[in-house]
Amino acid sequence: MEKRPFENNRGSERPDIKGWGIDADPKNDPTYPYKHRNNGEHKGYTWERPPLQPVTVEVLHSNERPNITAVFGTTSPPTGLSGAIRRFAFKYSENSYGHWLPLLLADRVNAVEGVLDDIRHGHFPNIFAEKGYKGKWKHDPAGTAARIGMIVGVAALAFWWFTRDDDDD
Amino acid sequence: MLAMNYRGTRRVRVSQKPMPEILHPQDVIVRVTRSCICGSDLHLYNGNVPDTRVGTTFGHEFTGIVEEVGGDVTKLKVGDHILVPFNIACGTCVFCQQELFGNCHESNPQATAVGGIFGYSHTAGGYDGGQAEYVRVPYANVGPTIIPEGMDVDDAVMLTDVTPTGYQAAEMAGIQKGDTVMVFGAGPVGIMAARCAWLFGAHRVIIIDHVEYRLEFARQYAKCEAYNFRSLGDVVLFAKKTTDALGADVCIDAVGAEAAGNALQTITGRKTLLQAGSATALHWAINSVKKGGIISVVGVYGPTDNLVPIGNVVNKGLTIRANQASVKRLLPRLIEHVQNGVLDPKGLITHRIPLEDVADGYRIFSDKLDNCVKPVLIPPSARM
Ligand SMILES: NC(=O)c1ccc[n+]([C@@H]2O[C@H](COP(=O)([O-])OP(=O)(O)OC[C@H]3O[C@@H](n4cnc5c(N)ncnc54)[C@H](O)[C@@H]3O)[C@@H](O)[C@H]2O)c1
Ligand SMILES: [Zn+2]
Ligand SMILES: [Zn+2]
Repeated sequence: MEKRPFENNRGSERPDIKGWGIDADPKNDPTYPYKHRNNGEHKGYTWERPPLQPVTVEVLHSNERPNITAVFGTTSPPTGLSGAIRRFAFKYSENSYGHWLPLLLADRVNAVEGVLDDIRHGHFPNIFAEKGYKGKWKHDPAGTAARIGMIVGVAALAFWWFTRDDDDD
Repeated sequence: MLAMNYRGTRRVRVSQKPMPEILHPQDVIVRVTRSCICGSDLHLYNGNVPDTRVGTTFGHEFTGIVEEVGGDVTKLKVGDHILVPFNIACGTCVFCQQELFGNCHESNPQATAVGGIFGYSHTAGGYDGGQAEYVRVPYANVGPTIIPEGMDVDDAVMLTDVTPTGYQAAEMAGIQKGDTVMVFGAGPVGIMAARCAWLFGAHRVIIIDHVEYRLEFARQYAKCEAYNFRSLGDVVLFAKKTTDALGADVCIDAVGAEAAGNALQTITGRKTLLQAGSATALHWAINSVKKGGIISVVGVYGPTDNLVPIGNVVNKGLTIRANQASVKRLLPRLIEHVQNGVLDPKGLITHRIPLEDVADGYRIFSDKLDNCVKPVLIPPSARM
């Protein structure tokens, strides 16, 4: 390990660094997030809310709040099996594994649904392109070859395992 | 329109998606001119953020030209070129009133623990993001800011997240003149945090990573000391030895859930998701800081639990400050710093990638290939 002598000349200026010390502020305490505390929350959830976005898709909401927020995203509403799992997850609070673990499971199920959906629409997904292996190949051919070799190897092994003649019985 | 489309763990592509529409009177629709890939996107890409749905478009760091405005939009007009903070903030809730624009209570129905963020899963509100040709921007009177005359759009896009996040990491650390600041993570955020630590009067700035080219980049860009934790052996021992056995005055975690360096953390945090990401950097930060010191956390973790030595936090009397950056609050000061040449955000950009090649962009950034520090995606219409 490089041994670097301790420098005890604290507070020295650094003229070589543009802007050194220009935001130094001995009163930067408390800093954010506490700095402009105004205790507004003592009055509860009473502020005048922005206009409410019309709810045009299914929006799941945390049971730790009473309502849907004034605006929200509308991408990919829950569908299929993954959607059912997500609806189940939202019965539990953000404090619970009952909320987060089903959501992670739903994400994995959703990925399979995505592939099936692609095929149903006549599009066989190009997994290698989606994984960015073209870019990886350009900058790391050895690593990419090893990776693809491993995937092909595992697939071949699995194929052999499931198609082999079972002499034992 | 063309948009990035998430298909599952480490699988993304561009596809045609319907044009976004005005859904709320304070919305605008923006034609994207620049859109970055961020370390935060890697948590989504790696499948670590619960409720990341297939078909979602990522992207929370973008600039664009206003194409359409909702009925209640007063601060923007068609044709304005804007930079859009990654946080979606209403401006009226009690948290926005305290300038906690990253903690808005009216932008994310799915979770109370995080405000709305563009293109960041349903756990952050279910919004499509800016890695697309067009994007819907809610609360357009609050967050979006017209790019100042003469500012380079590459600087502007770096003001939507990386610059404010790095700056806030240094600010929350309560740095006082003469302090030794230790930054974990030499990604764009950590490098910017190291650069900004000087502005607060740091005496020594030390950055830790294990990717050599990033350490070298940090040395040049942030003029800090940079060390590879693989060759240091025990990082915490190094921190003690280099500070006369007392520990750094402040430590900054700019790594988050994807941390390497500890097999147990990696297996439980990244491979099996038994914890909300690997907490190696935070663990090191807690043990490297001095008694009574401050830990500033901007590294992002998932919503469940992490293994950190909380007993040491108690026994050493530490203060932990953490948040999503409040981009809008910091913009006036940071715009000034960019205009005065104090900060050079676009200097972090190493890769300019066509939106169509988004899958390769994610792979190159994620696998740290081709000396990549910060990639920015450019949609076809912005290349003409
Ligand atoms: N709080 C916010 O507002 C906010 C905003 C943007 C990004 N972030 C978070 O900040 C973090 C960094 O973002 P980025 O874009 O720089 O990401 P990045 O992935 O490019 O950089 C992370 C760096 O940490 C390094 N690293 C891994 N393990 C380490 C360890 N144990 N010690 C030291 N370094 C280690 C990696 O090699 C990498 O260079 C991410 O977690 C991101 O989600 C937070
Ligand atoms: Zn980001
Ligand atoms: Zn708000």
